[in-house]
Amino acid sequence: MTETPLLSVRDLKVEFPTRRATLTAIDGVSFDLKKGEVLGVVGESGAGKSITGSAIIGLLEPPGRIAGGEIRLKGERIDNLSQAAMRKVRGKRIGMIFQDPLTSLNPLFTIGEQITETIMTHLPVSEAEARKRAIGLLEEVGIPAAGDRLDAYPHQFSGGMRQRVVIALALCAEPELVIADEPTTALDVSVQAQIIGLLKRICNDHGASVMLITHDMGVIAETCDRVAVMYSGRVAEIGPVRDVVKSPHHPYTVGLMGAIPTLIGEHDRLTQIPGSMPRLDAIPKGCPFNPRCAHVFDRCRAERPDPIDVGASRVACWLVEEGRNGHANEVEQA
Amino acid sequence: MLAFSIRRLFQALLVMIVVALIAFTLFRFVGDPVNQMVGVETTPEQREALRERLGLNDPVIIQFARFILNAAQFNFGTSYQFKQPVAEMIGKRLPATLELSIVSAILAVLVGIPMGVYTGLNRDGVLSKFLLSASLIGISLPTFFIGILLIFIFSVNLQWLPSFGRGEVVQIGWWSTGLLTWSGIKALILPAITLGLFQMTLIMRLVRAEMLEVIRTDYIKFARARGLPNRAVNYRHALKNTLVPVITITGLQLGTIIAFAIITETVFQWPGMGLLFLQSVQNVDIPIMAAYLMLIAFLFVLINFVVDLLYFYVDPRLRAERAIK
Amino acid sequence: MSDEPLKQDAPRGALKRALDSDILHSFLRSKITVIAAVITALYFIGALFAPWIAPHDPFDLAGISILDARVPPLWMDGSDPRFLLGTDDQGRDVFSAILYGSRISLAVGFLSVILAAIVGVLLGLVAGYVGGRTDAIIMRIAEVQLTFPAILIALLIDGAARGVFGNLDREKYVFWILVFSIALSLWVQYARTVRGSTLVEKNKEYVQAARLIGIPPFLIMIRHVLPNVIGPVLVIATINLAIAIVTEATLSFLGVGVPPTQPSLGTLIRIGNDFLFSGEWWIAIFPGVALALLVLAVNLLGDWLRDALNPKLR
Ligand SMILES: Nc1ncnc2c1ncn2[C@@H]1O[C@H](COP(=O)(O)OP(=O)(O)OP(=O)(O)O)[C@@H](O)[C@H]1O
Ligand SMILES: [Mg+2]
Repeated sequence: MTETPLLSVRDLKVEFPTRRATLTAIDGVSFDLKKGEVLGVVGESGAGKSITGSAIIGLLEPPGRIAGGEIRLKGERIDNLSQAAMRKVRGKRIGMIFQDPLTSLNPLFTIGEQITETIMTHLPVSEAEARKRAIGLLEEVGIPAAGDRLDAYPHQFSGGMRQRVVIALALCAEPELVIADEPTTALDVSVQAQIIGLLKRICNDHGASVMLITHDMGVIAETCDRVAVMYSGRVAEIGPVRDVVKSPHHPYTVGLMGAIPTLIGEHDRLTQIPGSMPRLDAIPKGCPFNPRCAHVFDRCRAERPDPIDVGASRVACWLVEEGRNGHANEVEQA
Repeated sequence: MLAFSIRRLFQALLVMIVVALIAFTLFRFVGDPVNQMVGVETTPEQREALRERLGLNDPVIIQFARFILNAAQFNFGTSYQFKQPVAEMIGKRLPATLELSIVSAILAVLVGIPMGVYTGLNRDGVLSKFLLSASLIGISLPTFFIGILLIFIFSVNLQWLPSFGRGEVVQIGWWSTGLLTWSGIKALILPAITLGLFQMTLIMRLVRAEMLEVIRTDYIKFARARGLPNRAVNYRHALKNTLVPVITITGLQLGTIIAFAIITETVFQWPGMGLLFLQSVQNVDIPIMAAYLMLIAFLFVLINFVVDLLYFYVDPRLRAERAIK
Repeated sequence: MSDEPLKQDAPRGALKRALDSDILHSFLRSKITVIAAVITALYFIGALFAPWIAPHDPFDLAGISILDARVPPLWMDGSDPRFLLGTDDQGRDVFSAILYGSRISLAVGFLSVILAAIVGVLLGLVAGYVGGRTDAIIMRIAEVQLTFPAILIALLIDGAARGVFGNLDREKYVFWILVFSIALSLWVQYARTVRGSTLVEKNKEYVQAARLIGIPPFLIMIRHVLPNVIGPVLVIATINLAIAIVTEATLSFLGVGVPPTQPSLGTLIRIGNDFLFSGEWWIAIFPGVALALLVLAVNLLGDWLRDALNPKLR
């Protein structure tokens, strides 16, 4: 703990007050992200990955709100900034990439307009300068004849090209952190790997850390330095990719790892964990995973486990804490 | 673009032909045109001669073709009641109706769009809720009653504004305008508000609904995530996208304004085509009815065409170009 | 978006949803809707039982006296305790005339909405089911028709009717001419909605199955389509009721609606309009307010119904 992490999330709690009850979508999430690091975030649909990202960038959709915890960027709190101050963080210090490039760009403005507008919002440059930068960025993300394409509208680009434009947009004010929320899910399989590779390379070139939200454990294994596994609005396990993939501790992670297609191509090994994640209004007492866990015992149903250090990872599981995790290496990866 | 225009043109033509057919049917089969044109003392022989001269003995299809040809040259025959050429009568009254309609339309757009944007952006604001409730009342008040209320307040009680007529008009060529005299402008105020209010509330609600939809889209979220100022997100990005569908529907609304002018013209005794049309309905003056119908359809088609062009201008997706893979 | 649990059990009939307690709940929660419903109900009762409720019979020539003409409403100087809202130029009680007038307004409104719904639903079913040229023709007609506002269509039909029946005979049929012309201007929306739903249902398996067993597929379709469209049709009908009432009032105001011997609210306003300047404002304003209140209440109900049946919009 010598150097301050770039991003530090502590005990984050996000609530959605509704007519009937207050739903807690994120409950006590903590993690750090170091400078230059790529952190993967995985978990089933509804685990709270996107909400965590939105909370960090301060764009929770009302009535959603941060109900507790802190978010620090380079040591400064950003979760309680004013609207105007937070606006200066968005785009300038934290860039965001959404899932669907087809709908992320405004169809009525040229991509040049959208990029220069963003650059000029954050950097004190002239329009000509902003345009020059925009062309440079588009070249960097691999758009051919970038100078000519600047005045094209989004619909004139293919999906993959548009996501490249989106990446350029997210990076155009040189943010220190990029949050990419499933940046390739909506894309053709053939270009997914390219885009992920591009994202990693370009963030590396610009010295930006990445928080990569995805469903794809394969992508995590190839791209990330560390990975956080989320379940029901909590972090089940977080640690270096090698450790989490090779020797997962949390039974949920073990299940997820079983879902990676191996290179050998045995697709029937996409074992699904039986059951589904609880709805927000019906999260069970104790460990939220307990109804689906093969190793459940009494304590899991009664008390909620807190994350503890296991090697370089942190795991929230009673099995691990009580040293009963003999099962952990059931799934060995080649 | 060309294929698009041709298809549009074809549709417009179809609309015009259908309307012409209706107008023709009215003209030819509702009552006997000859009976309407001559007095009781006319002999059967004279009637037959007139019938022959008017071509009423020709096959119906030829009569229809002749009707269309005449209509294309703005020849709609003679009014049964006034014994004057219909085209001339309508031409004289066209400026009054167009001035009223255009001023109302501008009013409706200039007030309706900002109110829609405001209520869309400040969904839960007190003023928004007030405007929204007021708009429901605006939609529920029949146009003619709005006119009566305005007359009751501003003409009868306060005596600020005239309750009927166009005031002094200035003749510019064949066009007569009330916009150049003070009394003309004063006379226009109440009718224009009456005619515009309904469209204004409609446009406001439409813009609001559209705005709420656009605000939720990914590209607006992404614009916010890039740290663009609220002003740019709301008034540059969201507004432009909101206006795309609004243009179409507003265009259609403008078409109906001209028709709705019938009501306003009646309330304010505004000497326009609407009033003439209403009289023609009451007196079964078919040539005027037919001509008015054709004219409205024509204006409508014209507005549609302008709207299409505008749409084309605003939305680059229509200016198709091939995507680069 | 909402706190509703994800109800994804395929297309449930809107009617079933309508009976869902959620809807009742949302109805009772919205105070303004309850008030609107009560007002609408009062109009209905007032209209149905006008002969019993109204203090006077405005159409009974023996009962009215020109001596009672132009009496102001109760709270003004020179009023008469018999006439709550004053009298018109003939000595008719304005309040009673409003009750009787609502009767005609509501009757024309209802009948034309029902007629429009029947015609629209049938044409929509046929267009969607038969498809091809029939569909193209029906929808083209609908498109052209949408070009013209209801009021213009009604005026044209009325003009034609005068030509066909003559101005005097027309008075006998005027009620039905109104119903017919208003209905004609309203059917398109139903047809479009029903056509859309029919197109969806048409390709479902049960239609094929029905054909196999030898049941006329069209009948089967109607049974499946109708429950799906009942919600939207109800919403359209409610909003159309308001439009129909306004259209009737407007036509009567313009002098092409019901004659002064059987005045609707619009006719009453037309009559009163002549007295605005001579100070007898109540003759026009009270019927106008009554009309606006009725239309507002119906519009509010329609708005609520639309939101309630379409949770996505909430
Ligand atoms: N506006 C909202 N109101 C109430 N609950 C919400 C709202 N938005 C999200 N949630 C809930 O928050 C939880 C987390 O949602 P989130 O979008 O973060 O999931 P996710 O992990 O990103 O899933 P996915 O992989 O499908 O994107 C979900 O259970 C969701 O239902
Ligand atoms: Mg998500």
